Amino acid sequence: MSKKTVFPYIPNSVPEIQREMLDYVGAEHVIDLYEEVPEKLRLDRDLNLPKAIRDEQGIKRHMEHLLNKNANCNEYDNYMGAGCAQHYVPAVCDEIATRGELLTCYGAETWADHGKYQIFFEYQSMIAELVQMDFTTVPCHCGGQAAATGLCMASRMTGRKRVLLPKNMNPENLSIIKNYCSSVHEENALEIDMINYDPDTGRMDIAELKDKIGDDVAAVFLENPNYLGVIESDAKEIGGIARENGAEFVVYADPITLGVLEAPGNYGATLAVGDIHSVGLHLYAGGGQAGYIASPDDMRYISEFKELVDGVTETTVPGEIAYCIVLINRTHYAMREKGKEFTGTQNNLWTAPVAVYLALMGPQGMQEIGNTIMTNAEYAAKKLSAIPGVSMQFKAPFFQEFVLNYDETGKTVEEINKMLLEEKIFGGVDLSKDFPELGQSTLYCVTETSDKESIDHLAQALARTVHA
Amino acid sequence: MKKIGFIVNPIAGIGGKVGLKGSDGAETLKRALTLGAVPESGKKAVTAMRELAEAQNLFELYTYPAEMGANICEEAGLEYRELGEIASGHTTAADTRIAAEKLKESGVDLLVFVGGDGTARDIMDAVGTDIPVLGIPAGCKIHSGVYALNPKTAGKLLREYVEGKVRETIEAEVMDINEELFRQGIVEAQLYGYLQIPRETKMVQHLKSGRRYSESVSVDMLSSYIADIWEPDTLYIVGTGSTTAAIMKKMGLPNTLLGVDLVWRKKVIASDCTEKQILNVLKSGKYNHVKIIVTVIGGQGYIFGRGNQQISADVIRMVGRENIIVAASKDKMLSLFGKPLYVDTGNEEINELLSGYIRVVVGYEETYVTKIM
Amino acid sequence: MRRDYDTYLRQFHEAKWDEELIFELSVPGERGILVPQPDEEIVNEVGNGIDRIPETMRRKKLPELPELSQPRINRHYLRLTQEIMGMDVAPDICEGTCTMKYSPKVQEHMVAHNPGLVDIHPYQDPDTLQGLLEIYKKTENMVCEISGMDAFNFHAGGGAAACYLGACIVREYFHSKGDDKRDEIITTIFSHPCDAGAPATAGFKVITLMPGEDGLPELGALKEALSERTAAIFVTNPEDTGIFNPHIQEYVEAAHEVGALCYYDQANVNGIMGITRARETGFDLIHYNLHKTFSSPHGGMGPGCGALGVREFLKPYLPVPRVEHDGERYTLDSDCPQSCGKIREFLGNTHVVARAYMWIMQLGAEGIKEAAVCSVLNNQYLMKKLSEIKGIEIMFAEGKRRLEQCRYSWGPLFEDTGFTSLDVSKRLIDFGYEHIWLSHHPFLVPEPMTLEPTESNSKDDLDELVCAIREVARECYEEPELIKGAPFHAPIHDVYCDENNTLDKIAVTYRQLQKRRAAGTIHV
Repeated sequence: MSKKTVFPYIPNSVPEIQREMLDYVGAEHVIDLYEEVPEKLRLDRDLNLPKAIRDEQGIKRHMEHLLNKNANCNEYDNYMGAGCAQHYVPAVCDEIATRGELLTCYGAETWADHGKYQIFFEYQSMIAELVQMDFTTVPCHCGGQAAATGLCMASRMTGRKRVLLPKNMNPENLSIIKNYCSSVHEENALEIDMINYDPDTGRMDIAELKDKIGDDVAAVFLENPNYLGVIESDAKEIGGIARENGAEFVVYADPITLGVLEAPGNYGATLAVGDIHSVGLHLYAGGGQAGYIASPDDMRYISEFKELVDGVTETTVPGEIAYCIVLINRTHYAMREKGKEFTGTQNNLWTAPVAVYLALMGPQGMQEIGNTIMTNAEYAAKKLSAIPGVSMQFKAPFFQEFVLNYDETGKTVEEINKMLLEEKIFGGVDLSKDFPELGQSTLYCVTETSDKESIDHLAQALARTVHA
Repeated sequence: MKKIGFIVNPIAGIGGKVGLKGSDGAETLKRALTLGAVPESGKKAVTAMRELAEAQNLFELYTYPAEMGANICEEAGLEYRELGEIASGHTTAADTRIAAEKLKESGVDLLVFVGGDGTARDIMDAVGTDIPVLGIPAGCKIHSGVYALNPKTAGKLLREYVEGKVRETIEAEVMDINEELFRQGIVEAQLYGYLQIPRETKMVQHLKSGRRYSESVSVDMLSSYIADIWEPDTLYIVGTGSTTAAIMKKMGLPNTLLGVDLVWRKKVIASDCTEKQILNVLKSGKYNHVKIIVTVIGGQGYIFGRGNQQISADVIRMVGRENIIVAASKDKMLSLFGKPLYVDTGNEEINELLSGYIRVVVGYEETYVTKIM
Repeated sequence: MRRDYDTYLRQFHEAKWDEELIFELSVPGERGILVPQPDEEIVNEVGNGIDRIPETMRRKKLPELPELSQPRINRHYLRLTQEIMGMDVAPDICEGTCTMKYSPKVQEHMVAHNPGLVDIHPYQDPDTLQGLLEIYKKTENMVCEISGMDAFNFHAGGGAAACYLGACIVREYFHSKGDDKRDEIITTIFSHPCDAGAPATAGFKVITLMPGEDGLPELGALKEALSERTAAIFVTNPEDTGIFNPHIQEYVEAAHEVGALCYYDQANVNGIMGITRARETGFDLIHYNLHKTFSSPHGGMGPGCGALGVREFLKPYLPVPRVEHDGERYTLDSDCPQSCGKIREFLGNTHVVARAYMWIMQLGAEGIKEAAVCSVLNNQYLMKKLSEIKGIEIMFAEGKRRLEQCRYSWGPLFEDTGFTSLDVSKRLIDFGYEHIWLSHHPFLVPEPMTLEPTESNSKDDLDELVCAIREVARECYEEPELIKGAPFHAPIHDVYCDENNTLDKIAVTYRQLQKRRAAGTIHV
């Protein structure tokens, strides 16, 4: 056996070829290729990395061994959502998303990657249809980033610095928004003001909103359904209050709800944002998150988008349609100078499974899935809240998530979840840290992936746990 | 169907080959012709116009008779319509101006002209920024930014224009040097004004690198920045050019495009100043803080000594290097292709003082650091 | 018979399906998939869920999504993927700065199918995520060793996002020290645009150094820019020109002298892994692109991972939760009061980290260095071959060895023929090369072309590419008609992309397109 390893992913690691190429470029030894790197900066030892697993079978086995240490949501019944809800991903979504041509492409222009741009366009079109807005782009990093960007856009458009956020919002989103809204100089940062929720319904407290709104408010932000699961039925009124005061109305909506819940564009949202993980992407412990931002057909909004957008264009052949990055003359709508921005690698691959998902579902499928989810969730809420000591925190209608309170069980959410784990159940997300005012409360998420049998099993297990 | 106007200054560049540094003025022309010069501009024009031959069905061509256009169109194999009349063999700058006006009146979308800096000035006098123009370089002085790199690239740009692939226009400087002084070895370039030229846009690399701003947005952003950091109790000496004009506009102040204005407490206290007037103001002792705002002039990267001689070595000495604000759009900076900025104040000591690195304001809170030679 | 790749021109033609927009394939009533219906017993007990929707929030009109059978949907999207030239089918040597390398299939299969990765929830009890957390921690340890940094975070979804995160950390660091004067960052013109854009988004003023005659930023320019206002320098090295700055350490020292931090954008690290490290050069923060250097596929631009590395003193500012190992088990630590907050939900792109882990584990120290060496060898080989082609020029640093990539200039070709690097790019498609990466903005090199041949390409691959480029250059001089009409073998013809569009001329969604067609402002 020769000493030098030939690596299957590195064709020119074959010693003879390497020698030939070194001779061609006039280098005696490989290190001569690096003569521009000062000697004092060169590492004088080998990297200290774990022993390599060179054979494919070996690395596969090694990886399977590691991943087997994770409990997954197939063998366990999962009732956690909190911005990362579990939904079924149809096989065609995976079929397309793993195609090598698409998976391994990058920045080629429309001539060579025409199909890619058509997929982007179709994705944008379907998201726009769901939210009833005309303008959107390829996805950004995550829903939280979409929300933060939406608020920054609103601030630039209005020239105002204060934003009103609901206290019932997703804490991950809030953390991201806080980060994006800060600045080196405090006077350039956005000021965040929180609006409380009604303790009975879990909905935004409109009286407090009216109190805090003013002509210095850039945007009112609303999650609908909100983080605590509740449908914000006063959304239209909230939007009206925002608009009367010259503020933008930024609505965070989950696409999976939009076959049955009203589209943000139809109740006054001026920017719709959200995360698309629910429509065709796998959980990946949150690795399937990706955000969307949509706006009306109005340059005032469009000129604030930082992403480049894919649109239709003509080719040199009359009648031939092409899809490519479209640019708009922004001279007359010059960006506000201070609106700094950057773009880069985000989530373009996910346009494919999401487009496939929405095409498979069609209008009918989206309506049916919404109904199945809401029906299952209602049944689960009824069963679970019937357990003595367990109660529903809020009275208002919800979509797929609802808050249960364990205060009267005398047990903490953490304790109960540990016990449920024994039953192969991932119980609801513990809210006691982020929402201490709710006591020992937990956020349950029930979707189409549950059925009567699994929900009944959950109810029995929870009853046993609570009274153990 | 686009309408293209086409004018050749047949004598452009005639002085260059015989060492006369230009062809402005009847006397020079006569000398050039007696020295045996042959008109060169026609050949260059043919090179450019041939590129259009295959796209003939996309445009109508309007031109002037004989050596002012028609001959070239014939040779390039182009169909054309002829306007006006000339005294062939005896054309002057006045003919260029009249032709340009005529073509503009006939409604051309783009006026193509062949010549040098002097020709560009004539075109500017005739059409201003009313219609876009494009220069095919043929003169011996090409300091103006209105010319394509060479006749070949001019032809290609024209073709893309008639094909509808180039629609955006940008402002370009019309510069000229005083030929009389130039012949004595003194370079004194002046900024005469601006023309609109088509700008080639490329559909490239947007995906990764993010949105690119147009030149005017860049100027708008840097203007806002300078306006935001404007100090009221400082006397500002505002140099020539459209970039500084944009800054003044942002400040809501009147401005002399081709002259130097003085601003104090956000009011213009003197317009279109001579060097002497500036020095008098500085010497009055009323102003403890003084700043100079200048831009980069032309493709050659001068910040002093080209088109803003009023801000002289003495003025710079009194104000001090640290009080100079250089502002220029990103496009303009990048068009220097990494070459340094230049100064030519006519005073070695001040040139020396200015050399080194300087920050150039290119956007809102954005600067480039570059070298001054 | 083996082909002679020094002279072989591939007879290539990309698929062209002339495929409809999916909306225009729609047949009312067709179904792509059936969804589970609620159990009858459940409905009997609680009724239909949608009946509980408050009237104000009930959707009145169903979304006008396409209605299609499954085979037609599958066919539609397969056809579209055939109109894409990914790295798997076309060696993407020409996409410089992007480090287009092979994404091993064993990794893709693992990521696509293993439920231990695909079907896990981020809020699961860490005891049930030990495998994932182990992968995170071990990947962190390995990239720490490769870079010399002390800690890494994998939340950022791309390089630019990591750069932004780095700027946030710089901001929080000085903020916590009560040093509020530092509001400037310095970068260089050949660094990636995100090195300026991302810090600006975090609220910094940006100073950019123009290059000197050798194409490198000048130390004098840096010293002019540095002051007590400087928060950090953000630089790439080697820059996109492929030139390694031999004075980089002096830059870092100069910045440290005024109390600034040093951020190293290591998007271009592929050629120097195992050769030189950020730590020895003195950097405080760095980022790697796991989707480039560590083999995750690019996915048409994401999802990726910008792995942000820091020295020990900056560790408290990293986003939460942090993956820790107490000797026995892996934990998630969110108790970091100085943390700069979050930029991405949960733990980032877990599947990208898993791929990077597998890749490093397969190559080991020897293979990582071999990848670097071969990427540099490939580049120098390609440079020498291309420098002989008429029309191409290599600017700056004449005679110096470049590392993993090179920015060429078609300036001479443009002056001779009027053809641009974009014209060359379009014609190259006809020989099976999807794209030339010209340059990031700004285009400082005239008619730029940036090539990065990575270790994934063989000598034959390089020879074949040189041959195609030589042919295209020849055509520019001798057969210009072939260039003017290109591409001929792509799904569509040359497009015109107008920078001067008005809103009524663009449509980015089908809704907009229908409106524009009705208004007569768009005709396709």
